Parts: sequence; C-alpha cells; structure tokens
Amino acid sequence: MKASWARVLALLLFLFIWLIAAWLANSSILPSPIAVLKSLIEHIASGELPYHLGMTLYRVAISFLLAMLIGVAVGMLMGSSRPWDQWLDSLLILGLNIPALVTIILCYIWFGLTELAAILAVSINKIPTVIVAVREGARAIDHHLLQVAQVYQVSHRDTFFKVYLPQLYPYIFGAGRNGLSLIWKIVLVVELLGRSNGVGFQLGSFFQFFDITSILAYTTAFVIVILTIEAFLIRPLEKHLNRWRI
Amino acid sequence: MKKNQTLHVAIQEKYYNEQLHTLSELNFDVNAGEFLAIVGPSGSGKTTLLNLIAGLDKNVQGVIEHSTSNQQQNLAFMFQEPRLIPWLNVEDNIRLVIRAQAIDKHAQLEQRMRTLLPQVGLSDFQMAYPRQLSGGMQRRVALVRAFVIQPNLLLLDEPFQSLDEPNANQLRALLLQLWLETQTTILFVTHSLREALTLADRILFFSDRPARVALDYQVPLERPRTLNHSQVNQLHDSLLKEYPQLLSGNLHPLGD
Repeated sequence: MKASWARVLALLLFLFIWLIAAWLANSSILPSPIAVLKSLIEHIASGELPYHLGMTLYRVAISFLLAMLIGVAVGMLMGSSRPWDQWLDSLLILGLNIPALVTIILCYIWFGLTELAAILAVSINKIPTVIVAVREGARAIDHHLLQVAQVYQVSHRDTFFKVYLPQLYPYIFGAGRNGLSLIWKIVLVVELLGRSNGVGFQLGSFFQFFDITSILAYTTAFVIVILTIEAFLIRPLEKHLNRWRI
Repeated sequence: MKKNQTLHVAIQEKYYNEQLHTLSELNFDVNAGEFLAIVGPSGSGKTTLLNLIAGLDKNVQGVIEHSTSNQQQNLAFMFQEPRLIPWLNVEDNIRLVIRAQAIDKHAQLEQRMRTLLPQVGLSDFQMAYPRQLSGGMQRRVALVRAFVIQPNLLLLDEPFQSLDEPNANQLRALLLQLWLETQTTILFVTHSLREALTLADRILFFSDRPARVALDYQVPLERPRTLNHSQVNQLHDSLLKEYPQLLSGNLHPLGD
C-alpha cells in the first residue's frame, strides 16, 4: 500500500514540475500537460489514435510471441547441451551486438517494405537477449527433480511441463519483461522507417510538422497501455506462478 | 533370475567418473517381499548402487536384473532429500507419479492416495506446498509418493538421515506398517547399524571402496519389532564385539 502511494506521488511530482516548466518556457516546443491531455482526447475522438495504436500493439504482440518462442527454445537447447552451446555461442554474441537499425534496414532491403520484414526485424533484435536469459536458467536446472521424474517413469510431457519448465519461469519472466520494453521501442523505429501506419509512423509525421503536442499525446497513450499490460497481465500472472514460494 | 527373486545384482566393476573404483565383484540377490538393508561406511558406493538399480546410472560392467524391468511393474525410490516438486502441492506431487501409471488404474490410485495421506498424518495438508511443510512432513509425502504406485521394489537411500530421533522413529514405524500391508521388496541403505537391525530381515555389510559384500547377515529377530527394542541393542553390541571393524568396512570379504 505504502509503495503504491510512493509511485503515485512520484508521478504527480513529475507532472507538477512539467507544468511549471511549461508555464515558464511558454513555448510551443514544451506544451503543458493540460494541452497534451486535450490533444490526446481529440486524437482518440477522431478514431485515428486507436487505429494506429492498435496496429502498433498488434506488431508488438506478434514479434514478442515470436521472439519469446524462438528465444526460449534455443536458450533451453544451449543451456542443456554443451556442443550446441559451443556451436551457437559466437552467433549469439554476433546477434547481441548488431545494432537494431542495421537489422531493420537489412530486413527492409531483403524482404521489401512489408509487414513480414517489420516483424522479423523486431524479433531478430530481441531473440538473442531472451536466449541469454533462458540459457542461464537451463544451466541451473535441478537434476535431482528430473531424477525423480525418471525413476517414477513420468511421461515426457509431464516431465517437461511440470518439472522442467517451471524451473525456467523466473528467467522467462525476466526476459519477457525486458523484452516488452525493448520491443515496443524497436517497433516504433520500424514503423517510422518503413510502414504507413502505427504509432511510429504517426510520430514521424508529427515530427515533420513540428507538432510536439501530438507527439506527447501519442507517447502518453502508448505508455498508459504498456503500463496497463504490465500491471493487469504480467504481474498477476507472475504472482500466480510464484504462489508456491510463500 | 529365479522366480521368487525381485532383484539380482552381479556387478564386476563400476567406476565413478571413470576414475574412482566404486564397486567391485558385488554379487547378491534379493527375495520377493524381503526387507534388505545395506550398511557400509560413507563413500562406499551405496548411493551409486541404488542409482544403478534405478537406472539413473547405466554405466556399469555387470548385470542388474529386477522383475520391474521386464514386466509392467513399478520401482519406487526415496532419496536422501524428500525431492518434492516445490511448485506442486502435496496432492499434485503424488498425482505426478499416479499419472505415469496405466490410465485404467488412475481412479483406484487416486483413492489409494486419499487413504494413505491420512494414514501418515497428512489429512489437513493435501493442498499445502512443500515449503509450508516441516522436514518430517515432507518425508511423509515422499513416503506416500513411493507407496501409492504399489511398487514391487522400493529403494531407500538413508531417507530419515537428517531428522530428529522421534520424527525418524515415527517414519520408520510408518515404513514398516506400509511394507507389511504391501508386501513390497525393500532395499534400504543406511550407515546406522541400529536402524538396519530394527527394520530389516537381512543386512549386507559393504566393505570400504571398492565395495563388495563383506558380510551377509540374517537378522535373528522376530516381527513385529518395537523400535528401541532392548534385543536390538543387545544384538548391536554383540555384533560389534564379534566384528569390531564391521562399520568401517575393513572386514575381509566372504570367501577369502
């Protein structure tokens, strides 16, 4: 309870400083929070913000799922098999160090300015960090529990879902959280560079017209949506999966 | 393997990690329904032997046969630690091994779980997670997990080692009770001679590494035995008088 009050208070303080700064600056470069709120309501009412936000969230969701699926699978493989780890490790380091912008440009050049290229570019950026986190977890697997499953001839399916995978949940969640924040940032860049809709595309257009108020309005809407997903989807799920750690 | 035997062990050599010579010329048989204890100095390869019998370790020169390996019969294993799955509650931990059985037995075994849990004093803890249970209670769950599948060979690796004496005694009593009810064959590894004498029909004393059978001893006590029996104490003292080196494993192997 105390902690959540601190959160709210910090946010209010930030808004207050913003308000004062905007009032002192008195310029279109730094619109006040009230102007941003007004603009936000207008953009929502016209229906254009929900549409572009929807497109962006759709891309975030698809690339997030793709990156997590591939990252978790490869991470488990590398964490549990030394030969695979040795084979793939140098590629992994390469993947971790390629700048996001390079992947995006290459994907657009090779696959055209398509939805596939956009989603591929985002996923490729994220996959290596998921692999690193999950590999760490797979290396720390408790083999004693797997021996129990083996002795009692527990099916492969039950062994995987009830004994093996839950040991990786903390690592997968860590990767997922970082993943979501990284992915939506990259999605905006991808949209800016090669898509004709989405929040990134809109921000690009507003930039052309120097419309700072709209840029901040879009940002606000997007941050609110992401925080909502975090608070009402990810955190409750994590709590549910951790209920045994009382 | 003969018909009334549950386990036949004829190991020529066993090296641990290809360096440590753990077992050598280790031969013994276990009869069906027998309660066999293995006593030996720590590090004499008792756990290695159980892992070989359970199939967790397959790297051995020699033959290990048990009736569980050719028929649809069960092997159960109680480890030194309870080894419950932390994110499954008590019932789900036991269901995990029930689900590994043939599907037409599930309902019957589920029913068996519901009678076994109160029998070991866990009636109010079916929904508890392992972390919420004491060490003794966790072992009771592990005991139910072992017996619920009606194993015809049960391996126990010093399962009551880290418990206080009253708790350990309660669990020993439960083990004997469940063994009498199920007639399963038991292989019980311990380093405590008193524990072995209290529980077992027969004791194999292991020599120091590489382990072989130093003494094959039939326990001359009648059942039912009470724990902390004065006869057990007498037997314990007279055995150690006869073989002063028995527990350090320095006795010459049989036949030498």
